[in-house]
Amino acid sequence: MLKKRIIPCLDIRNGRTVKGTNFINIKDAGDPVELARRYANEGADELIFLDITATVEKRKTLVELVEKVAKEINIPFTVGGGINNLEDVEVLVKAGADKVSINSSAVRNPQLISDIANQFGNQCVVLAIDTKFINNEWVVFTHGGRTSTPLKALEWALQAEKQGAGEILLTSMNNDGTREGFALNITKEISNQLSIPVIASGGAGKVEHFETLFNQTEASAGLAAGIFHFGDVSIPTLKNYLKTKNILIR
Amino acid sequence: MIAIIKYNAGNTRSVANALHRLGYKYQITDNPDELRQADKVIFPGVGEASSAMKYLKEKSLDQLIPRLEQPVLGICLGLQLLCNFTEEGDTKCLGVFDTSVKRFPPIKKVPHIGWNNFTKIKGKLFKNITEQADMYYVHSYYAEINLQTIGICDYILPFASAIHHKNFYATQFHPEKSADIGAKLLKNFLQL
Repeated sequence: MLKKRIIPCLDIRNGRTVKGTNFINIKDAGDPVELARRYANEGADELIFLDITATVEKRKTLVELVEKVAKEINIPFTVGGGINNLEDVEVLVKAGADKVSINSSAVRNPQLISDIANQFGNQCVVLAIDTKFINNEWVVFTHGGRTSTPLKALEWALQAEKQGAGEILLTSMNNDGTREGFALNITKEISNQLSIPVIASGGAGKVEHFETLFNQTEASAGLAAGIFHFGDVSIPTLKNYLKTKNILIR
Repeated sequence: MIAIIKYNAGNTRSVANALHRLGYKYQITDNPDELRQADKVIFPGVGEASSAMKYLKEKSLDQLIPRLEQPVLGICLGLQLLCNFTEEGDTKCLGVFDTSVKRFPPIKKVPHIGWNNFTKIKGKLFKNITEQADMYYVHSYYAEINLQTIGICDYILPFASAIHHKNFYATQFHPEKSADIGAKLLKNFLQL
């Protein structure tokens, strides 16, 4: 039977792991390679690295980081942040990334999803959606949550699936950093209507939040950052808990 | 020396990294002599079948690969290309394994992404590996079970998770990305 996946996310700035709350108040959370190795040893099912470094010269640091991670880590990992075109994807895939995650550039140019899928396969494209509940609608945001768009989360997810995305990484900005649980409604709606896997992100604070996520939605994976980085919940504790609740876990 | 077949489908790097972690020397090559002389050959693959076959034909690897005599391990698309035919791009493949590759019916989420276990595993490839072990899969097409199948995975329907015929072995999952248990399977292959 296919297992539900637990995915630690590492936000990377200038080669270090950082963690913010509601996309601001960024704190240092350690060396990414060391953290990645620890998570892999503890039973993480995949890893996601999101680079929030803005400048071009720092991109080289990211590629070096990807190479190091690929050498050391024996589980799949996704790299995202600042990917604008096929060349950016090629550099990261050659460095050893299994998948790339795109967000703002796909909103600007949805064709990029198809282009990546055609060249590297659907499984290589994770479409990240940052969304915020405003006036009764889930509005899509880009640029690390700073820019609103006219898009609604569900319609954008459906379009991305048509364009050839392999997975959706859905982050609720309302929940991110609050530790009050995942955004169940929108996760449920999108995971029910799409035929590709959905990774739920934003709001994980305790083991029960993952139980609720997997029991109440069709999400294939749950992602968290802060609770793992700062040691509030360890991956083995979380996985053992979910197993006792009869959720299929590796 | 272990040869990793160089072609236009990805993940050669992941396989190379996995061999490095296991302490094996390798070369990534499409040179016929180097491939023939290698102790073992790994035929990796992430990508699309028809463009991969086109590339193999251009390099005449479609003639060479089925005639290799040392142990060969196909991974993911590598497994599918060793079969007779795949629905992906309606592509005639290498015909080492007597089975065909089809697209998953969209009853559950496709691609099949994540960790899944298997049943009916047999042979040296699975030495010291149990049926509870989970391996990492990512694919939208599957090989139909045949008499050469040495492991079955169930997602939407039962399909061939691993196949063995003569010196050819193949897995639909990615041992190079399947944590320590995947490394064990790779080691089993390398010690054949």
